[in-house]
Amino acid sequence: MEITLRALITMIHGMLFGAFFLMATYGLVVELSRSEYVELPQQLTVRGYSRERLYLVGMVALGWAAVLTGAYIIYPWYRAVPPAGVTDLALYPRYLLKSSATTSGWHDLGMEWKEHVAWIAPIIMTMVAYVFAKYRLSMQEHPQVRKAVLAFALTAFGAAGVAGFFGAMINKYAPVNGGPTIRLMGKSQ
Amino acid sequence: MNHSEAQSEKRAAMPRAKQLPNGPAAAAILSAAAGCAFVGILSVVAGASKPIAKVLTFYLPTGSLSGVSSVAILLWLATWVILAKRWRIRTVAIGKVNAMAFLLLALGILLTFPPFAEFLHGN
Repeated sequence: MEITLRALITMIHGMLFGAFFLMATYGLVVELSRSEYVELPQQLTVRGYSRERLYLVGMVALGWAAVLTGAYIIYPWYRAVPPAGVTDLALYPRYLLKSSATTSGWHDLGMEWKEHVAWIAPIIMTMVAYVFAKYRLSMQEHPQVRKAVLAFALTAFGAAGVAGFFGAMINKYAPVNGGPTIRLMGKSQ
Repeated sequence: MNHSEAQSEKRAAMPRAKQLPNGPAAAAILSAAAGCAFVGILSVVAGASKPIAKVLTFYLPTGSLSGVSSVAILLWLATWVILAKRWRIRTVAIGKVNAMAFLLLALGILLTFPPFAEFLHGN
């Protein structure tokens, strides 16, 4: 069982950073929705506060890791220009997608939207984490802040969902591949 | 001291809910929305103008996306710092701030949507 380095890093970007960021964002959306129906603000123990902070910092770090690895490691592989005379476009996903009318939409709509809208999610979730931590015990005194933060968190969830969906579909039709092969188990052929 | 007593003591040591001004939250919300709008505006501008796209190409393999995202993040953080300083101990009209924030957020998302950006480019 083998995997190329580029495929492995793409998997880490999407399935580790991206997917866990989405799950963590969803968790915070649920907590923010729940807070509307809480009668008394819940105080935590010192350990509880530190674990909650860890969750928030982890969520934000996952979001930034997803967009930074995507933009600075995977995107250059995706948009690499094939040298003149190359007919096998397997290592040039952007050009592979654009070579056919049936797949060009995955680039023209999918990647063009994903590459920009994805940045919105960590920007918003950094704000949401900050407000959630700062106003944890006084959120009920600021219902408009709570509602705005919840709406923004839902938007970030949607933006991350768009980026994740198109990332998965683009990688299905034009997978990012290449680089050294890593043997995960068994013997190499 | 048993476990539940220790837990109660720790809880008692935590800060109680106090009247926090909404200024810091408003600053964070409005600046995040502005950050989203910066992403959208810069992506449209970079798409419309090759010289600007070239200026925004901070890292060649990533192209203008490197500059679009970096400048948007810097502007977002600068906006946050400025607003947070001004509104640190203030209670602001949060309804107006939210309305402005949602407008900026909608603008940011709309401008990142390729068919709308293409429409603005005249294609």
